[in-house]
Amino acid sequence: MDISLIENILFAMVRTGTPLLLVALGAMMSERSGVLNLGQEGMILVGAACGFIAAYAGGSLGLGVIAAVAAGVAVSLIFAFIALTLISNQVATGLALTIFGTGLSAFLGAAYVGQTVTGFAPLAIPLLSDIPLIGKALFAQDALVYLSFILFAAVFVVMRYTRLGLIIRAVGENPDVAHALGYKVLLVRYCAVMFGGGMAGLAGAYLSLAYTPMWSEGIAAGRGWIALALVVFASWRTERILLGAWLFGFASILHLLLQGYGYEISPNLLAMLPYVVTILVLVMMMYRQKNQGLFAPRSLGQPYHPLK
Amino acid sequence: MRIEKRLHDSRLMVYLSPLLALLLTLVSGALLFALLGRPPLASLYTFFIAPISDLYGLSELAVKVTPLLLCAIGLTLCFKAKIWNIGAEGQFVFGALIGGAVTLQLADSEGFWVLPTIILSGAAAGLAWAGIAALLLTRFNANEILTTIMLNYIAVNLLLWAVHGPLKDPDGLNFPESALFASQTLLPVLFEDYRVSIALFIALFMLIVIWVVLTRTLLGFQLRVMGENQNAARFAGFKGKTLVWLLLCFSGAMAGVAAISETNGPVGQLIPTLSLGYGYAAIIVVFMGRMHPLGILLASCLLGLTYLGGEMAQIDQGLPKSITGLFQGMLLFYLLACDLLISYRLVSSSHTKTATIDSAN
Repeated sequence: MDISLIENILFAMVRTGTPLLLVALGAMMSERSGVLNLGQEGMILVGAACGFIAAYAGGSLGLGVIAAVAAGVAVSLIFAFIALTLISNQVATGLALTIFGTGLSAFLGAAYVGQTVTGFAPLAIPLLSDIPLIGKALFAQDALVYLSFILFAAVFVVMRYTRLGLIIRAVGENPDVAHALGYKVLLVRYCAVMFGGGMAGLAGAYLSLAYTPMWSEGIAAGRGWIALALVVFASWRTERILLGAWLFGFASILHLLLQGYGYEISPNLLAMLPYVVTILVLVMMMYRQKNQGLFAPRSLGQPYHPLK
Repeated sequence: MRIEKRLHDSRLMVYLSPLLALLLTLVSGALLFALLGRPPLASLYTFFIAPISDLYGLSELAVKVTPLLLCAIGLTLCFKAKIWNIGAEGQFVFGALIGGAVTLQLADSEGFWVLPTIILSGAAAGLAWAGIAALLLTRFNANEILTTIMLNYIAVNLLLWAVHGPLKDPDGLNFPESALFASQTLLPVLFEDYRVSIALFIALFMLIVIWVVLTRTLLGFQLRVMGENQNAARFAGFKGKTLVWLLLCFSGAMAGVAAISETNGPVGQLIPTLSLGYGYAAIIVVFMGRMHPLGILLASCLLGLTYLGGEMAQIDQGLPKSITGLFQGMLLFYLLACDLLISYRLVSSSHTKTATIDSAN
């Protein structure tokens, strides 16, 4: 295997892992605050559709990204209102968000199927991108990939070193105590869910404006669900999410490798690979931990009402 | 306005909530149509009334109700026991794939056994697909929501592979479709000139079966207890794992039969877009129907109607057919929102005695 092949594989791995990284960071944040939002898939789709439409109509990729993030936040607010303020079952509400988002995005995007925009182009950083092996993967990507690095670093710092991170975790571990200490549990949870919405929207923009600059129905292809599995895989730890996202990115591009070696396998069968890997990873994790509760935030998925 | 917990859950709201949700969905739908520059009331009429204003329309509704109801029957039992099987879609698709393969094999066979074989093969395939999730849950404790969703995507890709490869019609025009099913392998229709088939009777029969199971058997009691209190169930010595296997497999088998009702019914071949999201819509059916047999029958009519309405809106108003998904999503959102009123009530703040606690959040 020559160097340039490895460089290309790493490049594609990071590229493919980026949307998973973005969604998983957002989902992790909201789960750390105790909210299980199964609507990631729906939020990505709405973000992808709105981002594409805005970029197409407005002629600006930046506008598309802003629209995607705003759309992601907007639909996450519907979820937050029903799940948090109206104290509904979070599992069912998350599913509703995915069903709603799938329908809404297909409805909005219907007129734009088959249109294309000029997507984000790679921006090679001088010198750094010439580092052998990893230079291309880390420093010759497009702007949104760099943004995902920055967001990763930000989440990492916030969760590990700041008071805010501590508050989010306290709310997720024991909302009653956090409430007694004077923290506004619902406010923290609202913000965490909205952050998740924004990240999923951004991931949508990445899909429809950078990865494959076009809109097609169901463009997220299960990435929202894979990202949710990724958070479990990462045991709700930021640094492991990065690792996991790239690992899944690698699993998703294995077929390129196989094709490179001249194996003839149906693309439909290869497309199953990320989902199979997800199941295997879940099995592996659960088997190893036996008790998932050791890692999951204690109040994950539990509704909170201060007057109960 | 403030939310206050009721002393007892309101039974009235349990049944009122779906109606309230429907009303809110209709109002939102009218607003949506107005936003799109369409006459709101006329558009609602097109969506919800016009499709079933004649006998043929009603029979088409029954065609949509059949797979929805079959999937929902299985999911009702699962959800009652709090087993979140989101995989009816995948179990449907895999059932269609295997059932379709068997059907193509039996193209030249005649006899009374042909149809039962096909239906059972679809059921067995759906059962097997759900069995994977059951194995992963009971043996490895892998979250069934995520595994069943992943299995959905895997099943869809398997179907795509099959219609692009081994099951592609050799005499077709290279479309990714199987050959048309032979006429004796199709489910008999109930009335000439209408598409509704005997699968509707299977669905209604199974509905009665789960009604009896839920209200008259120990099994029904066990799964209710398990859904309401896992610890109590374990304490009472119910075999949790056996129940998980049983419920998931039953649910998968029902989804498999639902698939046959489509492939060997109105569709008549394997195509890439076999399921129009019936497996997901069935989840809404179960919630709207309050996990009650009669309720899910009514709810599957409503959800079936959203499919017909979407088609009608496309033909009549040039709106994208995907408006169906939008209405389905709204329906579930509003339902979950209205369900608040089952355990809580709204109190105007002026009447409040505990305003200090309230203001903290």
